[in-house]
Amino acid sequence: MTSSILNVRNLGVEYATPKGPARAVDGVSFDLEAGEFLAIVGESGCGKTTLLFAIARLLTSPAEIVGGSVIFDGVDLVSLSTEGLRQIRARDISVVMQSAMNALNPTISIGAQLADTCRAHTDWDEAQILARSKEVLSMVSIDAVHLNSYAFQLSGGMRQRAMIAMALLLSPKLIIMDEPTSALDVVAQRSLMSQIQSLRKQLGFSVIFVTHDMNVVSHFSDRLAVMYAGQIVELGKTDEVFNRPRHPYSVGLMDAFPALIGENKELTGIPGNPPSLVNKSAGCQFAPRCNKVQEICKESIPPLNELDGHLSRCFFPTSISGVRA
Amino acid sequence: MKKVILKIDNVSKYFKVGNFRSSALLHASDEVSFEIRESEIVALVGESGSGKSTIARILAGIYQPSAGTITFEGQRIQEIEKRYIRGKMPLVFQDPFSSINPVFKVGHGILRTLKLHRKDLSKAERFQLAVDFLEKVGLTPGAEVLQRYPHELSGGQRQRLGFAQALASNPSLILADEPVSMLDVSIRIGLLNLMRDLRTNEKVSILYITHDLASARYIADRMIVLYAGKIVEEGLSEAVVANPRHPYTQLLMSTAPDPRLPYVELENTADLGEPPKVINPQPGCRFAPRCSMAIERCHTSDPELLNIESDRRVSCFVVQA
Repeated sequence: MTSSILNVRNLGVEYATPKGPARAVDGVSFDLEAGEFLAIVGESGCGKTTLLFAIARLLTSPAEIVGGSVIFDGVDLVSLSTEGLRQIRARDISVVMQSAMNALNPTISIGAQLADTCRAHTDWDEAQILARSKEVLSMVSIDAVHLNSYAFQLSGGMRQRAMIAMALLLSPKLIIMDEPTSALDVVAQRSLMSQIQSLRKQLGFSVIFVTHDMNVVSHFSDRLAVMYAGQIVELGKTDEVFNRPRHPYSVGLMDAFPALIGENKELTGIPGNPPSLVNKSAGCQFAPRCNKVQEICKESIPPLNELDGHLSRCFFPTSISGVRA
Repeated sequence: MKKVILKIDNVSKYFKVGNFRSSALLHASDEVSFEIRESEIVALVGESGSGKSTIARILAGIYQPSAGTITFEGQRIQEIEKRYIRGKMPLVFQDPFSSINPVFKVGHGILRTLKLHRKDLSKAERFQLAVDFLEKVGLTPGAEVLQRYPHELSGGQRQRLGFAQALASNPSLILADEPVSMLDVSIRIGLLNLMRDLRTNEKVSILYITHDLASARYIADRMIVLYAGKIVEEGLSEAVVANPRHPYTQLLMSTAPDPRLPYVELENTADLGEPPKVINPQPGCRFAPRCSMAIERCHTSDPELLNIESDRRVSCFVVQA
């Protein structure tokens, strides 16, 4: 057993809205081991990105962390000062954003942006910066000539890899990725995932990876967390979640993807929409859309039960069959 | 055999690139030929840059083809009145947020379509028809939805509205350019089912453009795989997915993420390459530089799209041999 580098405890985030506070992250707790790949999946609006931004302390008004702690290497990030965060960012935790085209600065070259990060967080001289920039670009298979390229001159896949190179600059222990593959097509997606995987094995950083497409991570993540209405509804080893899901919502998500092999059967997906996060209903948040709903689900909130290290927020976790069975 | 409603024969589209003196031509689509029959869904599959949308835009009359002929219901497309064609072959766009005018109510677009294409009807009849079409695509109650503004609809609902607007002109073929790629996973399947229903109940054909093989297999009867502007494989969807013959189709299959498939470690994990930009192409298979099966001949001459069995065309020297 390796030691955990990140402990999220009872984290809560609220957005101030005219109708009252919307609880986008509601009592989320999990631990992340060193070198682990944790994927977080769910529909839009279930709080995945808000959770990531809360962990990285990137939230801005009207979002606010209202409770809980994020312990990284023994330090609580939630109560850390701006200067304290600056010491940790890029060096220990880095973030890869969703749209590389928007996240990269279009007016300066890739090399200048890499150098920028180095100057902000280290006291390296120019030669060191250049050497390290070349090194990280070669790690993601981008030729060093692209140090002088601008974002628009790179293809979508290369831009996303350049973002990862930037995240790797100071050898962080944790890289947080927010849907890095969603703008790419299948071949580029696969090549990026393979690359993240081999870099992680080689350099030993941990990854928290948010995506709405659970198929993308099905062969790559160690553990999978399924979020719904701001809560983790299921958390387990990726294989376990696909083989023996313990929450009807996870099954619904899996059923939303047509298969490439086997019978071409009619799929139904999940009827309805995610609930409003303002004035949440009593009971299980998924109950209105659940096909296995019972009376008790509408009355009380199911606790996060553990069964063989597999967490599930459902009163009837064992009655479900998965896709790989 | 069902009636052929659209026939594309050797259609190419070149774009001039570079400055005004440049003679460089970008071959966005090259010698593309296929047919679409009555109440049939045909999927056009390929990576970004493979020329999928170019085909849709040529069919919708946004681009003029540089070469080749398009025949719609037995008549050359240039000889048919534009408004008739637009009504018979409407386009549903990829982005439901920018393809609907936000300052008008939902009823505006759909009633206008009816006004232009169904002049025989009275105002009240058109209104009733609009309500019917909205309910057919699952936007109920139709009369109330007509009065809403687009911002009151979710992404999935907007895309359903796109299909309702397309239906309003009494189409025989709907051009759907990546209609689900911007939608959430749980909404996506509903739209795919809608397209299936439209084919079965309304008897419309759909050209479904996508880069997602699994969704193409889910709804399409036939599948056409494009690479760098050319068709590389065509066949019945089920057969293509079960037994992909062209190495490019095989690459697409092996990279598609599916938890049901075993994980295949790829030899070259660093970079699987990207489709080329085809500017003033030299002879040779366009996939050859990325192909593990390539032989000498692939680099020097163009493979033709030939039948290797009934209902299956493949353009690859190695497979044809």
